Amino acid sequence: MIMGSNIFDFSTVTGPFHEWLLENMSPGLTMTIEWSIIGLTLILFAAISVMALVYMERKVAAFFQLRLGPMRVGPWGLFQVVADFLKLLMKEHIMNKTADKFLFNLAPFIIVIAAFLGLGTIPYALGMHIFDINIGIFFITSVSSIGVLGILLGGWAANNKYSLIGALRSGAQVVSYELSVTLSLLAIVVFTGTLQLSEIVESQADGWWIFKGHIVAWISFIIYLIAGTAETNRGPFDLAEAESELTAGFHTEYSGIKFAMFFLAEYVNLFIIAAIGATMFLGGWMPLHIGFEGFDNVMDYIPSIFWFFGKTFFIILIIMWFKWTFPRLRIDQILILEWKYLLPINLVNLLIAALVVLNGWHF
Amino acid sequence: MDNEKLKSLIEGWEPTAEVTYEGIQHLTAVVAPEKLYALAEKLHGAKETQFDFLTCLSGVDYKEHMEVVYHLRCQENFSEMVLKAKIPSRTKPEVETVCTIWQAAEWHEREAYDLFGIVFLKHPDLRRILLDDDWVGYPLRKDYVDTVNIVSY
Amino acid sequence: MSEFTTDGSGLKTQDYFINMGPQHPSTHGVLRLVLELDGEIIKKVIPHIGYIHRSIEKMCEHDSYRQIVHLTDRMDYLSSHINNEGVCLLVENALGLEVSDRVKVIRTIFAELTRLASHQLWWGVMGMDMGALTSFLYAFRDREMINDIFEETCGARLTMNYSVPGGVMFDLHPNFVKDVKAFLKHFKTKLPEYDKLLSDNIIFRERTEGVGYLSKEDAINYAITGPMARASGVSNDIRKHKPYSAYDRVEFKEIVSDKGDTFARYHVRILEMWESMRIIDQLIDTIPEGEIQVKTKAVIKLPKGEYFQSVETARGELGIYCVSDGGKSPYRFKFRSPGFSNLMVLDHMSQGSKLGDLVAMMSTIDIVVPDIDR
Repeated sequence: MIMGSNIFDFSTVTGPFHEWLLENMSPGLTMTIEWSIIGLTLILFAAISVMALVYMERKVAAFFQLRLGPMRVGPWGLFQVVADFLKLLMKEHIMNKTADKFLFNLAPFIIVIAAFLGLGTIPYALGMHIFDINIGIFFITSVSSIGVLGILLGGWAANNKYSLIGALRSGAQVVSYELSVTLSLLAIVVFTGTLQLSEIVESQADGWWIFKGHIVAWISFIIYLIAGTAETNRGPFDLAEAESELTAGFHTEYSGIKFAMFFLAEYVNLFIIAAIGATMFLGGWMPLHIGFEGFDNVMDYIPSIFWFFGKTFFIILIIMWFKWTFPRLRIDQILILEWKYLLPINLVNLLIAALVVLNGWHF
Repeated sequence: MDNEKLKSLIEGWEPTAEVTYEGIQHLTAVVAPEKLYALAEKLHGAKETQFDFLTCLSGVDYKEHMEVVYHLRCQENFSEMVLKAKIPSRTKPEVETVCTIWQAAEWHEREAYDLFGIVFLKHPDLRRILLDDDWVGYPLRKDYVDTVNIVSY
Repeated sequence: MSEFTTDGSGLKTQDYFINMGPQHPSTHGVLRLVLELDGEIIKKVIPHIGYIHRSIEKMCEHDSYRQIVHLTDRMDYLSSHINNEGVCLLVENALGLEVSDRVKVIRTIFAELTRLASHQLWWGVMGMDMGALTSFLYAFRDREMINDIFEETCGARLTMNYSVPGGVMFDLHPNFVKDVKAFLKHFKTKLPEYDKLLSDNIIFRERTEGVGYLSKEDAINYAITGPMARASGVSNDIRKHKPYSAYDRVEFKEIVSDKGDTFARYHVRILEMWESMRIIDQLIDTIPEGEIQVKTKAVIKLPKGEYFQSVETARGELGIYCVSDGGKSPYRFKFRSPGFSNLMVLDHMSQGSKLGDLVAMMSTIDIVVPDIDR
């Protein structure tokens, strides 16, 4: 670790555990145990964070709309989400008689798997990184595009006209905005010169890219926010489910746990988009360093995991703000926004980023 | 335009029309159904009258005969009049559609067909509008009996 | 279903039919639209109405004139007071009754408050149809104040039955003037917020400007009334052209725009809210003293003849056509409801636009299905 003298390193917990396991067992068994623990933790984490996000969304929406939101179940309605999920679990599975049974059941799994794959590569804190591969960004952008397959399949297999329109809209939208997400992240990759997420975080020890990267990083950040919102099919880009037009879009026919899986995936995707944004532009788990030693040391005492989640939830709040303020765009306007504005701006921005790096103009 | 002039104008176009205006709200012209379309076209198109706004189209069942009542208005100066087609036959009430003159008549005529059974000839899409397609009878006719849905008292 | 057709490229294509409704979030009630689509582009809209037809016109033929007033609430429930007023005016004009100034002013204030409440609800729902869910609750916050004012005076919030032939049912509540003034003061600060949230939003502008164009000629030809017609440049406000109640003694502007698109229809309604407040402003301080009801016979019988009365509801012109045979019930009672004519133009207006535009257009028609089905 370059900086991090005072930052709590999570590998001081996992390291000895790993060695203790190795001492007592064969390497194969060690790996099995470790991966099952990680898998379980990840599932548990996803479930809890989704619940937190749902609760947060309901409260944020309520405060934007001059109401209180859930207040009855538990203190401040904290258990409302639990009650909702229990209800969804117990609901009957209803399937259209003419639906394509196999694809209809497959679609929610594809979406959930795609969402969970992304969770593995995010650096949550110093030393808390499940899957630190050297093509981290590349991996995340690839697996997050698998999700659209689930939407397309689900919309097609349901044999419902609303679903089909929703799925086709979603297909056009997600595939287009994938470009902008990737290109805006590329600007930061150009700055850091690496695709590995841990190295990207460490490169921000002397300042986050949003501060170091001049206007280029700002433009990328704003485009990333817009495109990220669109990629997760959230308002004002929620055309795939456009309630007032298509009732519920691609998941019109889904009920019970299968609907819950779409729901889960949506919020996991939201989390991933926010987490990647926080990692790339706001320094991930890296505390705020301004080059003044006393200040930096104080900041280091705040555990890195708080920094990470603080930044992530800040971005999530912004994305929720969008949803509860703006009207929805129309399908042609969404595609025009992407192909005529965001994409050219992004390409020029990337070029400028390259020039900045070439001449060493950034801090 | 005052009623006197309008009356002479209408009588000039259609001598069989009965035009009255004294003691009632609007000037009323009653014509036979087969004469209606020509008169309506004139009232709509002629420079002096220019009744370009069909406020209301209603059917009325008078037991011996039926009427279709057209409330017309000139959008320019807000003058109003009533045009009526007096249909002698109750078994086969027919009048030509005016929805080529006022587009607004299309649904109103469908409603009159639906509730009174008045057939509007040359109507582009004469279907029941408010009731089910398989409804029997015309509810707003005075002799309509429905022991299930209408409680008489 | 139409047959497969072949376009130039040799691909076989077929039109796509969608049933929008009777249960659908943006049809605001039980309206069914059969859409013929080419991808997202609308080729034809066939509205199917009548799902909540209650045959109010037939019921009127059995009811006394006092009872009919109560039925009219259930048509356009958002402008219920204005509907009541229409029937009362028809009966009063037929009998030659002259109601007191106090009644006229009270009715006008109530009508304008009703119009405000209706436009507020419309604004909230319009935002929701466009995907901005927050506007709905903002509008309800303000609408609640008006409903409370109504409740205080006449005991009902929505279907009021406040007007009766010959006057109004009760005198004003002592707090009425104070509450109305408090509401006006509140709403004058909140209406600019409506503009900030939706009217000045770039996405909202993009979605509404130039969408769903309706020309002046078409508006007249299709007998469009109300804010929708005025947005196409047709000046047809009954309050201006055939003033009733106290509209001849107040000053207000008839909002007319010549743009004819969805945004114009939206903007006309927003400006109308300002005008409504202006009307109430002029009347609220000078409500004259006087009788609240003229004595009428217990059983009202209209002289034999035909009567027609128009009033300007929040949606347009409500025409009431009454044929009386001199009995205690009308011989024929016909409502020319504004929604009925306004909805008819949807097919003409929406051709060639996108599915999302259709929802915006329906919002600006301001559909109240019971008003259409009667």
